[in-house]
Amino acid sequence: MMNNSFAQPLWQNGPAPGQFYNFIGGVNNNGAPAQLPRELTTCGPYGTKHSTAAITTGSSVLGIKFDGGVLVAADTLVSYGSLARYQNIDRVFKINDKILIGGSGDFADIQSIKRSIDQKMIEDQCCNDGVIMKPKAMATWMTRVLYNRRSRMNPLYIDVVVGGIDEGGVPFLGSVDLRGRAYDDYVVATGFARHLALPLVRERKPKDRDFTFEEATNLIREAMKVLYYRDTRSMPRYTVGICSASDCSIKGPFKVEENWTFAETIKGY
Amino acid sequence: MNSLGIEQFPDYKVPGVQHVDFHPYESNGGSVVAIAGDDFVVIAADTRLSSGYTIHSRDQSKLFQMSSRTVLGSTGCWCDTLSLTGLVKLRMQMYEHTHLKTMTTDAVAQMLSIIMYNRRFFPYYVSNILAGLDKDGKGVVYSYDPIGHCERATYRAGGTAGSLLQPVLDNQIGYKNQNVPADQLPKLTKERAVAVASDTFISAAERDIYTGDSVLINIITKDGIEEKTLQLRKD
Repeated sequence: MMNNSFAQPLWQNGPAPGQFYNFIGGVNNNGAPAQLPRELTTCGPYGTKHSTAAITTGSSVLGIKFDGGVLVAADTLVSYGSLARYQNIDRVFKINDKILIGGSGDFADIQSIKRSIDQKMIEDQCCNDGVIMKPKAMATWMTRVLYNRRSRMNPLYIDVVVGGIDEGGVPFLGSVDLRGRAYDDYVVATGFARHLALPLVRERKPKDRDFTFEEATNLIREAMKVLYYRDTRSMPRYTVGICSASDCSIKGPFKVEENWTFAETIKGY
Repeated sequence: MNSLGIEQFPDYKVPGVQHVDFHPYESNGGSVVAIAGDDFVVIAADTRLSSGYTIHSRDQSKLFQMSSRTVLGSTGCWCDTLSLTGLVKLRMQMYEHTHLKTMTTDAVAQMLSIIMYNRRFFPYYVSNILAGLDKDGKGVVYSYDPIGHCERATYRAGGTAGSLLQPVLDNQIGYKNQNVPADQLPKLTKERAVAVASDTFISAAERDIYTGDSVLINIITKDGIEEKTLQLRKD
């Protein structure tokens, strides 16, 4: 173990005087492939600084299951701290004909995992076996990726909603967070929607049956309105992904029905 | 502390940027109770999944049926629970394919301890209780700490309300400090085990905010696993 109280070398892993230097990824003097670069998440000799906070962030995602499928909604804002930086970005993605994903948290990490998923879907299609990945499998895969990253203390700062049509045409709706914590339910939410939208939806849930499509769409509309009014990192524009037996697509963007006439009645400020 | 980390160079800190340490663990709550009898074992767990003041789900089973005579109840850090139970299931399937027989409860108990101790220095943050019938058909309960210490018992409570539930079981099932001669202790019936398990959960839900919504009860006998549900307070 190196004593940290003394000065450490300023230069390492580079060319040394009087010696040949082999660039990583190339070939060695003997023609054998050089050792590939270390895995991104393994520690260096002086430790490794991992990302410790989300930079560009998406706020809430809300998913609701209904009798024939699922709805996943998110506004189109990606913030940079308190700055409403990117105002027209879809955070709900169609992955294939059976899977929808809504992402919140660090948007760079969302894009990163989205690229991996898209590559998986291409490989899936290349098999040409008519078998298509289902949302439950996708959610489980996501838990493995995210759990692995958290176990290396290098998490992806994301909170995702995975929904779609599972084996046997049964709707599936689940959520996976940055630690790999996963669960499925008839309603899942991330960000502020967890505090503002989740109770609204649970309150309206009939005990003996699922929501109908109409009930679910009305709830999404109302929840996105409440979120716009009360979440400062939100926007009055949102997209909704729908996945049912007959349709899997992203609808919108929709406008939140704003009404600020009550504002002039507020006194005392 | 990292000698080249940003915390060593306060002059280079960007104002406004918050540096939050990442915590790999989270307590997602939940409680498990298991009571063994001569030819049965009852294991029960609540269905609330929460973190802090947020309830993620009111309907999340924490009982994992490992085989027709073994059930694992697991609470704590839910992501660790998922990983651990997934790994145990995988290893049991490998065992079955290699040896053409199902793992006994005692074998699963031993394996679980080893799997948990494997992560001694980055533990699975879970409270496990394994219930099942042993090779003689007798009810057994195994309880664990997060680093794999394993103890065989006849009744055990674990999870966030474990410290509330265990004394009740000591009194009602163990008849501790009651001056009853050992040969005069009443024989535990299935019905009484279920009733006591249910009552402990009803009581725990009054005081532990991480226990509630409903209880899933599995009754394991040689004929299979019978499932029951009981509603708890949902606030």
